[in-house]
This record gives sequence, structure tokens and C-alpha cells, in this order.
Amino acid sequence: MKNALLFGLVALLFLGTGLFQSWNVALSIFNMALISAILALGVNMQWGFAGLFNIGIMGFVALGGLAAVLVSMPTTTEAWTAGGPRVLLSLVFGALTVVGAILIRTRMAPGRLRTILFLSFLIGGFILYRALFDPARDAIEAVNPAATGYLGGLNNWGEDYRDYGWMTLVAWPVGALLAAGAAWVVGKTALGLRSDYLAIATLGISEIVIAILKNEDWMSRGVKNVIGLPRPVPYEIDLQQSETFVERANALGFDAVTASSLWIKLNYTFLFAVILIILLIGAQRALKSPWGRMMRAIRDNETAAEAMGKDVTRRHLQIFVLGSAICGLAGAMMTTLDGQLTPSSYQPLRFTFLIWVMVIVGGSGNNWGAILGGFLIWWLWIQVEPLGALLMEFLTWPLPEDSALKAHLLDSVQHMRLLTMGVILLLVLRFSPRGLIPER
Amino acid sequence: MVDILNAIVALTNFVIIPATAYGAQLALGALGVTLIYGILRFSNFAHGDTMAFGAMVTILFTWWFQSMGISLGPLPTALLALPLGIIFTSGLLLATDRVVYRFYRQQKAKPVILVIVSMGVMFVLNGLVRFIIGPNDQRFADGERFIISARDFKEWSGLREGLAFKTSQGLTIVVAFICVIALFWFLNRTRTGKSMRAFSDNEDLALLSGINPERVVMVTWLIVAALATVAGVLYGLDKSYKPFTYFQLLLPIFASAVVGGLGSPLGAIGGGFVIAFSEVTITYAFKKVLTYLMPEQLEPDGLVQLLSTDYKFAVSFAILVIVLLFKPTGLFKGQSI
Repeated sequence: MKNALLFGLVALLFLGTGLFQSWNVALSIFNMALISAILALGVNMQWGFAGLFNIGIMGFVALGGLAAVLVSMPTTTEAWTAGGPRVLLSLVFGALTVVGAILIRTRMAPGRLRTILFLSFLIGGFILYRALFDPARDAIEAVNPAATGYLGGLNNWGEDYRDYGWMTLVAWPVGALLAAGAAWVVGKTALGLRSDYLAIATLGISEIVIAILKNEDWMSRGVKNVIGLPRPVPYEIDLQQSETFVERANALGFDAVTASSLWIKLNYTFLFAVILIILLIGAQRALKSPWGRMMRAIRDNETAAEAMGKDVTRRHLQIFVLGSAICGLAGAMMTTLDGQLTPSSYQPLRFTFLIWVMVIVGGSGNNWGAILGGFLIWWLWIQVEPLGALLMEFLTWPLPEDSALKAHLLDSVQHMRLLTMGVILLLVLRFSPRGLIPER
Repeated sequence: MVDILNAIVALTNFVIIPATAYGAQLALGALGVTLIYGILRFSNFAHGDTMAFGAMVTILFTWWFQSMGISLGPLPTALLALPLGIIFTSGLLLATDRVVYRFYRQQKAKPVILVIVSMGVMFVLNGLVRFIIGPNDQRFADGERFIISARDFKEWSGLREGLAFKTSQGLTIVVAFICVIALFWFLNRTRTGKSMRAFSDNEDLALLSGINPERVVMVTWLIVAALATVAGVLYGLDKSYKPFTYFQLLLPIFASAVVGGLGSPLGAIGGGFVIAFSEVTITYAFKKVLTYLMPEQLEPDGLVQLLSTDYKFAVSFAILVIVLLFKPTGLFKGQSI
């Protein structure tokens, strides 16, 4: 009963936005809230089910975004002929070097010989890798750097690559796979150590992923951004030119421009909602299954669970990879919705810590709570700014019109959202530490 | 012979001096993190923003002093404002402890809950700093810019390479040295310092022997406030002040503390320098140094840069992982729970 009330309240917030601001704004907040809810579900799996402290969500989201580019963008044929195979070869070579070095360390008896061989293998491999990789990279980046200068994606269907929007739908699971791979590597090294170490390791990997996205121009154009990703939904322009659509819009009392942008947002809403519902059903079933009970048992008492014969580290790795894959999926969806990949827009406060606020406020360990938190906090994150501006206007009302303090306060309103999020998190942790919809 | 001298000067100028200054800044930051970990037993994610807050207060007072015409001559005015910055930051940290952290301490909450709480504090401080001073770059350095300028050095030595030693770098090293000496004197020689170490080593035993935990915690916050403000101001003087970069410093600072061994002050200093030197060495283009050292036909074509500068996070992270895998307690035997 209380839960239905809470969801009703959040629904009212969105309806209010639609009625008082515009339906366009309400729908765009809602679409992003759907993605946020999926992210919160993923983090809730790691934290709520298993008690794993992952603060590298941003990295997995960005990997999902990278997948969207790598799959759905058109192939840059010249760049491929210039250096595509060579880059791939050098990457394979680099990976083999690492594998070889690990083999040397694990297979040989400890001693001076092993150390020398291990180090010289790594250093020699690195030099050879750079000798292979650098010229290939330069060749690719030299191909029309203003427009492409990167390998492009797998959308190799010719000129009208935009007609192949379904490629982006393929990109979503690929984003999940990429994130899962990265999570497996992190988990293999950092799980089994203390919880703080996992936190710092995930923080580190997310910064590295962003650094790679910003620097490896041959892969995703770096800070030059990739724009104009194909869409799984129609384009506004096409709708506005289609007579049947304009007729129908007019019949409903909309002008064609508003109707087209609303219709496309609704299309996205439908796609995202379907995925959210599938994930929610899956997560609910997982939580109620013996597997979910085992996870919570491990979370609550690792020693006891281990004594019962549960392989704690393996189970942790499993759920860490699973949760991160969901984050990657959401990241790919987000990049598709934006239609562009801009590595410099990935900020940890927005992409990692805000998701944590959603999970904690909603209720860790409860899937419905995570979703509620996703919707509520995302709405607040967007709406705190206009609300804060109103509040500030009111508070500074007694100050004279030309006061410097008033101008400064009004200018700084945009930073209110960080403050608000922090205060909300602290209040919830203090007075309702189990969140709005507590775990049952 | 001259070539070798030139190579040494180039290396000192571009690697050793900047890395030493950066290492000192990281060490001061890591000392704060490690003290909180030792006494309050959680990783404080708000530390970067505490540094930003302390530096911000100092900058505001510096501007005020500058507008009144007060200056320290060749030294930056910020030094004069530093004590005021420390006082305000102490007040802030004691207030957050009273309002936020104390409740969870009395509840004996799990460390990870305290980490999440510190995330909330991080948000609030981040918003507060941006609200007051804005998210942009702020300049507040004044006074003499160089102790040794590149041109003077070239004239004096007759070498082709110049050696520049910025006032901010010299100041960083001197101030960090004084802070570390004072801290170790305090921890090893005074009664309060000894009670802090006892509390960190074995909480129950310390409580039994009549140490007042609230007093230990209070003193810890005061020291952390001083260290964070000094680190923040020195970093701001040396590079530039931008709230967001302080947030990003969190990773190298944590890496320093963990590499040295969480909870060990000596380790924090060692870790700071290990991280700083590896970051600078691995992202430095060695072409210049090698051109002096190698015979002409062997001179390198490329920049001989192992990784591009933007990968400096990757360096601190890689070292962190290596240390965690091979020596989980850190280089200087910190705590491992």
C-alpha cells in the first residue's frame, strides 16, 4: 500500500512536469529516468544482493557507450585499409604478451631467473607492441581527421547507414558484454580483498576507461566526439514529411513538429520500458530463488556461508559481472538516446555517485526500491535547478536589485543540485537507513 | 661530459623537481586519509573536497589581504591566509563529525556505511565549494615566481638546458617537510599523540586504559583539517585551483595511502612519492634526455614517451593493483583487516 503510494507520488511529479512545463520535457526526463532505473537495478544487484561496493559505474556506462559507437556507426573503409588489421594485430600481440608474462610467473619456479625472464619479456613485448601499434594508429588517424579519423563501427551497409537503426539494438547487448569483460578483469584482481580495495579499484578502472575513450582517437575519435549515431526509431524530419503522420497529428490537435518529437520520445520510452520490465522480472525471480537467498546469506555473513560450502569469491565475481553488464547495457542505451558519444561528459558525480544516491534512497536490496529511487532522484536532479532558482529569487527578494551577493547567489543556483543530493543522501542514511522501500 | 650534465639538468628540471613537489602534495593528502583510516576506520571519500574547501577559504582570505595591500614580499600571500584556512576547515570538519559521523560511531556502524556517509559529505562539500567560489579556475599565487629561473641558470652554468625551480615547488617541499616533522613529533612524543597511536593499534585496550575516544577523534579531525588545507593550498599554488581537479586527486591520494599501507603515516609519505615519481617518469617524453646521452646515430626518432600524459591515472592504478596483488598490506606494513 505504502509502496503504491510512493510510486503514485513519483508519477504525480512527472505528470505535474508535463502539465506545468511541457510534455516534451516530462518525457525526456522520463526516458532518462528509465535508464537511471536500469542502472540502479544493476548497482542494487551488486550492493543490495551481495554487498559489493562498486564506485566505478561510470566506467561501465562509458564502455556501453563505446559499444554503441563500435557497432552502429558506419565503417571507415579507408581507415581500415590504412591500418585496421595492423592495429588489431598489435592489440592481439599486446594481449599475448600479457598472457605470456602471466604464464612465466605461474609456471616457472620462483627465483632470479624467473624475475629476469618475466621483466624482459614484458619490456620487450611492450617495445614491440608500440613499434607495431604506433604507425598503424597514426595511419588511421590521418584519414580525414575532421570527419572520421577512426575505424568506425560495424555498420557496413553502405551510404545509407542510418536506415540500419536496428544495429543500435544489437549494440546494447554488446555494451553489456564489454562491461562484463571489464568487470571480470577487475573482479578477478580486486574481489577477495577487502571491500575498500574493491571500491578504489573500481574507481581507478572507471577513470582509466574514460582516459582511453578520450585518448584513443583511432577507436572512437576521442574528445572530437562521435555524433549522429543511427537510431532504432524514426527521425523527426521523416515524420514531418510523411503526410499520414501530419494528418494524424493534426487530427489529435498537435502541430507536426511537436507531435514528431513526442512520438519519437514515446518510441524510446516503449523500448526502454520493455527492457526495464524484463530486467525487473529477472531480478525479482533471482532475488526469490535459492541463488538470491544464497547471495544474501553471503552478504550477511561471509564466514557462515563459507562454512556451508559456498564459494564466496566465485559468487561475488558472478554477481559483480552481472551487475556491471546491466550498467553497460544502460550505458549503450543512453548513448543511443543522446545520439552521440562525448567522453568529456562522463563525470563521476553524475554517473557513479548519483546512481548510488538512487539505490540508497530507494532502498538497497529491494528492486522496486531501486527503480523508485531511479525515477525520484533523476527527476530531482533535473528539477532542483528551476526549483532552486525560484527559491533563490524568493530568498534574495529583500536584497537590492544591484547587489553583488544577489547576482552571485542567483548565478550559483546550478550548483544547488549537488548540495541537495548530498543532503538527501545524508538524511536518508540517518533517519531511514533502509531506504524508502526497505528490503523484505 | 657537457652532454651528460645537460641530460642531468633536463631530467631534474622536467622529472625530479616536479615529481618531488607533486609527491609532497600527495603525501600530505595521503597522510590525512591514512589518519582517518587508522583512527576512525573508514576510507574518507570526502577528503579531496575537504582539500578543495580548505584551499577555497585560504584563497578568499588571500584575495582579501591582496585587496588591502598586505603581502609577504617574495613569498605568496596565501601563506598568511593559510592559518585562517586551517581554522575554518577545522570548524567544518568538527561540525560534520558532530552532525554526521558521530551518530554512526555510536551505532558502531560497519565501515562501508561510513564510506557511503562520506560520499554524502563529499556531495555536500562539492556543492558548497562550487556554490561559493564557482567551478572555474582561480588564480591566487603572487610574489616571486621562481627561486631559480631557467634563463639565470643557463647564464650561470653555460649549459644548453635551463633549470627552473618555482617558488611554489620550493615552498611545497619545505612546508611538507615541516608538517611531516611536526606530525611525527606529535605522534611519537606527546601524550595525545601516543594515545592516538594506541587507539589506532588496539581500540579496546586503549579504551580500557582510560583514553577518551571522543578527544582522540577530535584531535584527529583537527590534524586532518590542517594537513588537507596545507595540501590543497600547495597544490593550488603549484598548479592551479579548480574544484574538480581536487576531486580527481582522490584516486592518486588513495593509491598513495594503500601502496604505503593504509593506517601507516610513514607509508603514506613513501606511497605519495612512489606514485608521484612513477606518474611523472612514465608520462615524460624522454627524447630530450636520450638525445644527450646516446651517440648521434642511435638518437631516438619518437618522443620515447611510455604513455601519454592523460594516462597518469592508469599509472597510479597499475601500481596500486601490483602492490595489492603482491603485498596486500602495502610497502610499509599497514593494517590489513
